[in-house]
Amino acid sequence: MANQPAIDPMEQFQIHKIVDLPTFHIGKIPVDMSINNSVLTMIVGAVLIVLFFALTARREIVPNRGQAVAEALYNIIDRVLVGPILGPHGRPYVPYLFTLFMVILTLNLMSVVFAVGNIAGQSWTFAVTSQLAVTATLAVLTFFSVFILGFIKHGPKFLGLFFPSGMGVIGAILMAPIEMLSYFVRPVTLAMRLFGNMLGGHVVMSLFGSFVVALAIVGLSGGMATLAFIPSALSFAMIVALTGLELVVAVLQAFVFAALATVYLNEVVNFGHGH
Amino acid sequence: MNAAVADFHTYKLIGAGLAAMGMIGAGVGLGVLFGNYLQAAIRNPAGAASQQTMLFLGMALTETMGLFAFVVSLIILFGS
Repeated sequence: MANQPAIDPMEQFQIHKIVDLPTFHIGKIPVDMSINNSVLTMIVGAVLIVLFFALTARREIVPNRGQAVAEALYNIIDRVLVGPILGPHGRPYVPYLFTLFMVILTLNLMSVVFAVGNIAGQSWTFAVTSQLAVTATLAVLTFFSVFILGFIKHGPKFLGLFFPSGMGVIGAILMAPIEMLSYFVRPVTLAMRLFGNMLGGHVVMSLFGSFVVALAIVGLSGGMATLAFIPSALSFAMIVALTGLELVVAVLQAFVFAALATVYLNEVVNFGHGH
Repeated sequence: MNAAVADFHTYKLIGAGLAAMGMIGAGVGLGVLFGNYLQAAIRNPAGAASQQTMLFLGMALTETMGLFAFVVSLIILFGS
């Protein structure tokens, strides 16, 4: 037991360079554009998205299977989210929300579906969305483009968002800091939610994976210890179940990210319409 | 490993465990959320589908609180 190699569940999130490119400087800032496993996975994801829509985008009235899937995905954003929440004024924002949804969905699913683990001493799968840097970029990009859009569309009137109506002047001024805090914590929660979900799921799967191996090694020593194969098999069954759960979570988190972006957009698009 | 470092390591693990207890609240919250949704959906199945988006939004917002605790716990475990 004591001399087993420790299995670190956080090892799978380590970034390592695959193609090393020289560091160059823009002004004083060093820029390292090396291709690491995170970038590689994102490139593969982008290629997959483009390929999928290049192959399925047709104009047939009776769609084939690929076109039906593509249209179903589009309807999730267009009919389920933007239609009921944003209304007719929300149509210009469908492309951004759909892009966001597809990127997160593809990267989430890739981290579960292509879970081949270590081959040739190197991990070939990588959960891009379990990196806080990636999810924070998506969240900040979404949040601040919505915030700036509010000022472009409504001007200084948009600050009225922080002053709740129907509380009198003093009440509204007292409430403003709280409203501001709860407004500006949104990108943090948006980033944290996706990051935490993907990280948690992968850590748990990795832990159960380590149980399978560790218990099977114990079981190989023969005698009474053979019984250790039973929890090992149970752990393996657990991994199968968890993979199914992770598939659900991957789709759900992509949907939730897009849904919350839609809700934030709603405050801008339908500002002052008694939301 | 001397005694002080061992103590620090022990307290770190205890702290991470305590921090993860924040997820209890999120668990209760999710139970309340889905339980009430199911109750309402059984009473009025026709209206259930239209509220599914709100269900998932509520789920996301509730879950965030638990995830904060989870992330704090991970920071204590692996961050220092």
